[in-house]
Amino acid sequence: MSSNSFAYNEQSGGGEAAELGQEATSTIAPSGAFGLFSSDWKKNEDLKQMLESNKDSAKLDAMKRIVGMIAKGKNASELFPAVVKNVASKNIEIKKLVYVYLVRYAEEQQDLALLSISTFQRALKDPNQLIRASALRVLSSIRVPIIVPIMMLAIKEASADLSPYVRKNAAHAIQKLYSLDPEQKEMLIEVIEKLLKDKSTLVAGSVVMAFEEVCPDRIDLIHRNYRKLCNLLVDVEEWGQVVIIHMLTRYARTQFVSPWREDDGLEDNEKNFYESDDEEKEKSDKKRPYTMDPDHRLLIRNTKPLLQSRNAAVVMAVAQLYWHISPKSEAGVISKSLVRLLRSNREVQYIVLQNIATMSIQRKGMFEPYLKSFYVRSTDPTMIKTLKLEILTNLANEANISTLLREFQTYVKSQDKQFAAATIQTIGRCATSITEVTDTCLNGLVCLLSNRDEIVVAESVVVIKKLLQMQPAQHGEIIKHMAKLLDSITVPVARASILWLIGENCERVPKIAPDVLRKMAKSFTSEDDLVKLQILNLGAKLYLTNSKQTKLLTQYILNLGKYDQNYDIRDRTRFIRQLIVPNEKSGALSKYAKKIFLAQKPAPLLESPFKDRDHFQLGTLSHTLNIKASGYLELSNWPEVAPDPSVRNVEVIEPAKEWTPVGKSKNEKPAKKFYSESEEEEEEEEEEEESSDSSSDSESESGSGSGDTGSDSEDSSEDPSSGQESETGSEAEAEGKRVAKRNSRTKRTSNSEVGEKKNEKSKASESSSAESSSMEESSSGSESESESDEPAPKKVAQAKERKLQQERNPPPRDVFLLDLDDFNPVSTPVALPTPALSPSLIADLEGLNLSTSSSVINVNTPVFVPTKRHELLHRMSGKGLAAWYCFPRQPCVFGDKMVSVQITLNNTSDRKIENIHIGEKKLPVGMQMHVFHPIDSLEPEGSVTVSVGIDFCDSTQTACFQLCTKDDCFSVNIQPPVGELLLPVSMSEKDFKKERACPSALHLLSQPRLLFRIAAISIRCFVLRCD
Amino acid sequence: MIHSLFLINCSGDIFLEKHWKSVVSQSVCDYFFEAQEKAADVENVPPVISTPHHYLISIYRDKLFFVSVIQTEVPPLFVIEFLHRVADTFQDYFGECSEAAIKDNVVIVYELLEEMLDNGFPLATESNILKELIKPPTILRSVVNSITGSSNVGDTLPTGQLSNIPWRRAGVKYTNNEAYFDVVEEIDAIIDKSGSTVFAEIQGVIDACIKLSGMPDLSLSFMNPRLLDDVSFHPCIRFKRWESERVLSFIPPDGNFRLISYRVSSQNLVAIPVYVKHNISFKENSSCGRFDITIGPKQNMGKTIEGITVTVHMPKVVLNMNLTPTQGSYTFDPVTKVLAWDVGKITPQKLPSLKGLVNLQSGAPKPEENPSLNIQFKIQQLAISGLKVNRLDMYGEKYKPFKGVKYVTKAGKFQVRT
Repeated sequence: MSSNSFAYNEQSGGGEAAELGQEATSTIAPSGAFGLFSSDWKKNEDLKQMLESNKDSAKLDAMKRIVGMIAKGKNASELFPAVVKNVASKNIEIKKLVYVYLVRYAEEQQDLALLSISTFQRALKDPNQLIRASALRVLSSIRVPIIVPIMMLAIKEASADLSPYVRKNAAHAIQKLYSLDPEQKEMLIEVIEKLLKDKSTLVAGSVVMAFEEVCPDRIDLIHRNYRKLCNLLVDVEEWGQVVIIHMLTRYARTQFVSPWREDDGLEDNEKNFYESDDEEKEKSDKKRPYTMDPDHRLLIRNTKPLLQSRNAAVVMAVAQLYWHISPKSEAGVISKSLVRLLRSNREVQYIVLQNIATMSIQRKGMFEPYLKSFYVRSTDPTMIKTLKLEILTNLANEANISTLLREFQTYVKSQDKQFAAATIQTIGRCATSITEVTDTCLNGLVCLLSNRDEIVVAESVVVIKKLLQMQPAQHGEIIKHMAKLLDSITVPVARASILWLIGENCERVPKIAPDVLRKMAKSFTSEDDLVKLQILNLGAKLYLTNSKQTKLLTQYILNLGKYDQNYDIRDRTRFIRQLIVPNEKSGALSKYAKKIFLAQKPAPLLESPFKDRDHFQLGTLSHTLNIKASGYLELSNWPEVAPDPSVRNVEVIEPAKEWTPVGKSKNEKPAKKFYSESEEEEEEEEEEEESSDSSSDSESESGSGSGDTGSDSEDSSEDPSSGQESETGSEAEAEGKRVAKRNSRTKRTSNSEVGEKKNEKSKASESSSAESSSMEESSSGSESESESDEPAPKKVAQAKERKLQQERNPPPRDVFLLDLDDFNPVSTPVALPTPALSPSLIADLEGLNLSTSSSVINVNTPVFVPTKRHELLHRMSGKGLAAWYCFPRQPCVFGDKMVSVQITLNNTSDRKIENIHIGEKKLPVGMQMHVFHPIDSLEPEGSVTVSVGIDFCDSTQTACFQLCTKDDCFSVNIQPPVGELLLPVSMSEKDFKKERACPSALHLLSQPRLLFRIAAISIRCFVLRCD
Repeated sequence: MIHSLFLINCSGDIFLEKHWKSVVSQSVCDYFFEAQEKAADVENVPPVISTPHHYLISIYRDKLFFVSVIQTEVPPLFVIEFLHRVADTFQDYFGECSEAAIKDNVVIVYELLEEMLDNGFPLATESNILKELIKPPTILRSVVNSITGSSNVGDTLPTGQLSNIPWRRAGVKYTNNEAYFDVVEEIDAIIDKSGSTVFAEIQGVIDACIKLSGMPDLSLSFMNPRLLDDVSFHPCIRFKRWESERVLSFIPPDGNFRLISYRVSSQNLVAIPVYVKHNISFKENSSCGRFDITIGPKQNMGKTIEGITVTVHMPKVVLNMNLTPTQGSYTFDPVTKVLAWDVGKITPQKLPSLKGLVNLQSGAPKPEENPSLNIQFKIQQLAISGLKVNRLDMYGEKYKPFKGVKYVTKAGKFQVRT
């Protein structure tokens, strides 16, 4: 420890430094002497010495002090050369602090900063992903234009890194580079495009952020990632969610047609979905020609769970999404969550209340049930109080106005006078908007005129003035009363208001008005400018109506005004004099003076200050400030005609590699030979060694996320008995530890989630992962050929070529098979029964060349049929008719492509239900349904099971239809879990081997003798069952 | 997004600044000070301020202002929520979020801020991850570090960072495996002059303290989950299971965290456990008034109500108060005009009351309105909504954890108008 270290005054700057640096020398100089920086230069000398010492502890000590200086905002730039030398320090803490320093001062010391660049370039190749990431982070934060090409290169490399964490940092670096050098835009957009295809939840938020910053107008980049983003959304970290939701809101407004019908359209089949939590939604009886794009629906559905987020920003983001893009009838779900946020701290309350205020103007009904949540507490800060008041005003209607007025009475008496004044204005607004209470309000306000507090009185006067202006001719008494107030009241606005009122009604109070003018003439010189102007006005009006009495007075006032200090008043005086006093110079105008002064004036409109805010997207900074903030992106209006929805389709090019077993599951050795590129394999292995990847990476790759329920439930629900089966699952890079973990998870889920497949979300995310993974495949194809699992090792170039070919003409699909060492030949070959295979499945199987080969695939009877029934129609909503459905997993008798579904109908009411049949169907394009024969009648307590066939088109799309009885129609929907779309098949080992040899659509995911399970349809992965 | 952060103390000193993009001069805070001056009260400083080139978004926490500088459009809640998360992290690391604590640990603060935000976009905000990256300061560790030269900074990427359970760190080991849940319910209410309830609702949270080894998978079920009307979850909770089965299923973070917060459906009538008899009056044209309040138990479900305090913001004209409590003690601060009465427990035999005279500024008009009473209380072993935890199951690990559930009911924003 350098002995002179205690000469520094900065000791206490870094507490840490003090602790470390001082225990040897406890006789330290003033440790409380913060900011005594007189000897900066001298101290810096010492710091330099310490930085040059060869002891890490001294260096660390010095760095801590320097960071302390930076934190205080003191200039430490002259230490740059000494600090930058330590950039390659082995000690990670020193290194980090040097990074902090470097990022802070590199801009000022560009030449010296270049010295550090090579260190970062080296670190970018480090095997430790944390170091790679932080090197990229610092490198990109150094704002030195010379290194732009280096940064660009680093970003490109990092965007292809195996670690999603590094890729995330690459996404951040994009924005930094863009702000440093906007010239790079085009290249950066390429990187963004690539990263958008990334299906790691870690990357999604960051890359969308980069997208928003660099190229928010390139909406075309989103198309193919739209569904993936929607599906990943739940699993993205909360900050990313906010950004993605805002982006998707904008996207939806450009891509879908408006769901807002003039009559508040509500899609029938969706009603069921939300009915449970949205009671106040009324039934809509008619169907409309408008049908919502399934992608539009996907977004709305997938964001709904996020309303439950603990993060207020996420909740607000979802709320604005619902507000801007969902059908109006569905937006109601957000109010509950927004009201919940009001329990949060004052800053959150402030923003949320502002947004509610805007919403409540347009759709009162949304927040009416929560009226009382907006009641004001005396402990609320004033800004919160006024916002609440604003909302209460917006919500006021005939039904609740009396309660509200009672509440307002309490507020008027509040000690917070600013708030009391706001309340009075509010009462005024209620009075104008609800005619029933106008008189009551007016009376109340008049009572307030005798209030002791001047602010209250003044505010009342102003409001009464406005009210009277709206209904003149009735309130002579009030005007007289107010005229008397002039003696006591001193607030200029109020005085001016009274004078104006008297002037306007001078013919109605002929006795008082001249007297008031007399009094005012006396005090004219001491009045406020505002009042003076009104005195002039009053004088002019009286001169015109009652010149006999007031001529002299007015002239006196005009003379006073002529020599006033304020030019406005002088101006006005001159103007009035010319207008009303006839003389030779005055032209024709003076004839009309009376008409000009005493014209019928339109009543002011008392409006909410939030009225015009809705043109800003809710939840944005611009909305809060009510000015357009820089970088604000307008929400476009709905297009008249929706752009081609097929742009969002992601064609499945070939089975995704993530789902293919890479054969490491049990035996590493045989697997290795499958790798065409040993280099890549190494990398992959290495990554696996970095413990962190273990579960996460592959999990997220399999697209789950929330998905640990997602992908597991599939395994478990289909066959909970096989513990090993988890191995057969999608990820094959599984290492022992991970497998164990997964197993345990599978067990857990099998306990709890058997058959719980109703959850659309998990399925959705699965299928999306499928899409995304295949996309990934195609993109990675060009970069690093990753068909590691190709049975026969091929040369890269060859593979690439083939791949390109495939991209051009999708079909011939590859089979990736495992090397199976112990196979037991069994099974009796049977002809392949095509029925019950869905079309794409058939397409895939066609790839097997069944016709030409002798191999036979046998559709098995299901080993396990889940007993779980899914609810189709609850007895409460079905007026006694309850319906359940289940998947019997049998070939459907109605058609090859259909999945059979059994529906059990129960009559729980006490009367007969007649003519049960399926009414109108609302199936997505391509889907078909075979309905059951109408049931004539169902006795009370009776139950009947019918079966229907639905062709789900190999998707997990929801089949919506109506279940009708004689009197009613109920909208119901069925969404199949992925597993139900598949059929177990078995084949002999021989056939199996044969199939393995020829490229086609089979994927073998596990060892022989195990029960193979089906992965997911949309990525065309199939599992065979080998007996 | 977030450009810079300034920490400002009550007296208006900027004692820490951090920039994530290029440096923004401290002078930008002048706009903030201006707004602060205009607002008079710290509570009334607008959270969002627009300046010619920047936007300032600030929060006020523990007598400190966190002022962030923004240059372009960003959802303000995003920033506010993040700033609160920063404050929470400081609280978590240093035990308090105060100027002294931050100054003492300025290096750790800097390291934390560096990790939490990259280029203004949040990177790691989960406390479990941060603690792996940067170890919290302890006396022992700083001694050890100075001897061995090891550091507070972790050199591997926290496992949580990459997994889809980012909130939990790997390799947790405890000798005593415990899981505790605190069900805390707060009654928000406004009671009007006559004692009738204007507005009442129950807000609850379940805070958990989980010290379990390995990767436990818990599921918590309730006897009456239908009571929960609106719920917000820690990200660890599987939403789908809640939707379908009303069971909280989750892999918990390690340590203390808030599992859910909920609101009890407003259809249920809220039992108000205390009543207040009050008689506050100020005489016209005299410099004194009378003050008399009595508190008694109402629907308390047979439990004792304890920890009662009454806080009253008296009108400005009140000079002093001369009161006698039958129980507990009271203080009156003549500067802020806040009367605080620490009552303690209610014993039904002898109801606590506070009586006496109020001295008013002579000559000033009598206050228009009587002050409202803010009441705090606590009832142990009771969730006022009737919510009951049914059972807690653990999967995924073999050991038997020790489980416990505690119920508390408190007053939230409980206000009695007089």
